[in-house]
Amino acid sequence: MHRGKGMKFVGDSRVPAERKPNIPKDYSEYPGKTEAFWPNFLLREWMVGAVFLVGYLCLTVAHPSPLERMADPTDSGYIPLPDWYFLFLYQLLKYEFASGPYTVIGAVVIPGIAFGALLLAPWLDRGPERRPIKRPIASSIMLIAVACVIFLTWEAVDHHDWEAAAQQGAIVEDVEVDETAEGFEIWTTQQNCINCHGGDMLGGAAAPSVFQSDYSKEEVMDIIINGAEGMPAGQFEGTDEELETLAAFIANDGQNPDE
Amino acid sequence: MLQKIYDWVDERLDITPMWRDIADHEVPEHVNPAHHFSAFVYCFGGLTFFVTVIQILSGMFLTMYYVPDIIHAYESVFFLQNEVTHGVIVRGMHHWGASLVIVMMFLHTLRVFFTGSYKKPRELNWVVGVLIFFVMLGLGFTGYLLPWDMKAYFATVVGLEIAEAAPVVGGFAKMLLAGGEIIGAQTLTRFFAIHVFFLPGALLGLLAAHFYMIRKQGISGPL
Repeated sequence: MHRGKGMKFVGDSRVPAERKPNIPKDYSEYPGKTEAFWPNFLLREWMVGAVFLVGYLCLTVAHPSPLERMADPTDSGYIPLPDWYFLFLYQLLKYEFASGPYTVIGAVVIPGIAFGALLLAPWLDRGPERRPIKRPIASSIMLIAVACVIFLTWEAVDHHDWEAAAQQGAIVEDVEVDETAEGFEIWTTQQNCINCHGGDMLGGAAAPSVFQSDYSKEEVMDIIINGAEGMPAGQFEGTDEELETLAAFIANDGQNPDE
Repeated sequence: MLQKIYDWVDERLDITPMWRDIADHEVPEHVNPAHHFSAFVYCFGGLTFFVTVIQILSGMFLTMYYVPDIIHAYESVFFLQNEVTHGVIVRGMHHWGASLVIVMMFLHTLRVFFTGSYKKPRELNWVVGVLIFFVMLGLGFTGYLLPWDMKAYFATVVGLEIAEAAPVVGGFAKMLLAGGEIIGAQTLTRFFAIHVFFLPGALLGLLAAHFYMIRKQGISGPL
């Protein structure tokens, strides 16, 4: 590199006027089969990345991300659950030695020691030896820690009532039934229907809401006349015209179809 | 043409040394899976960065629809999930990416630990790496609240209760994160700010330090 007197710059800038050739380094004398990152290795790395991305996208398409119903802070019966990678910390707080009066131990002391040791690992394990087998204390502590994390996560998953969790968070569709509509008046006269589906049409212990599935008017009429799974046929008492009005009312999600 | 543009810029800014610094470094045999298949364990760090880039990109697109207030947050996520073209894919990538980052980072940490790569002279890089781990966990915690659905809300309630259990600083930490006595509107905007500005800013700084140190010191040698 040119130094001192006689240096030339581009214009009045500090950029040297002398051009350096853009030539890759020569790795042929490096130990082993060393190769250049650019472009040799990067091309291969991209292929690994592409395969990884395909797997990632398949996962995304096969399992859309979950969304429960909107947060309702007044629902005190909800059983909370953090995302899976916090489960081990969450599970720790359920044990007697780390809960109640000892919450500090489970919330601060144990995670603090574990993560503090992780952060300070280079100063806790100072020997020059790098092979895991040659530094048994460090290796075994890490193995035990990993086993504990896996075990705690497993326990948390095992203890959690997943069915109840799916139900408590499920999105409930709001159906507003127009109680002044002609269809609803017909419904109030149908004691057979009300017995199972309820006076509000939204279902009960014996049958689901009549609006649960998106049936067309014809399909609704067919189900009322011929019955369906768990529902007897021919329960409707009235004229065909009334039946048609009621079916149209149900197919239109509880609103007068004329509007 | 491209060469001419390069030369034009290079003449004015002398970018060749910079480009050679970024592009020109060796990949030793013992970390190259093409030569030793078991060297695939050295890919975890790169894959963590790959997923992080996807997280940043998908997150940028999510904020085009997301509204961080308690009335519209849920509605905007629901709309994104069910109405927006490919919204379910973008949100899905961000959702699964969050888990993948944790998995890949965990594997990367184990690789570095069991190859003893954190030893002298690489202690500082290990510390920066563990700090990145903490930032990632923070991103996971704050991001979980943002859809404002049942699981998000109650997980945050529990998480902040745990934070409150810490002696001395617990009450302050909870107040700082929740922005008040109750977990509500203020908490959501704070978590949004932390998730989208504070932690990503810290993350980018730490990543820059992480990569600079790797380049400066080179990858650790074979065992």
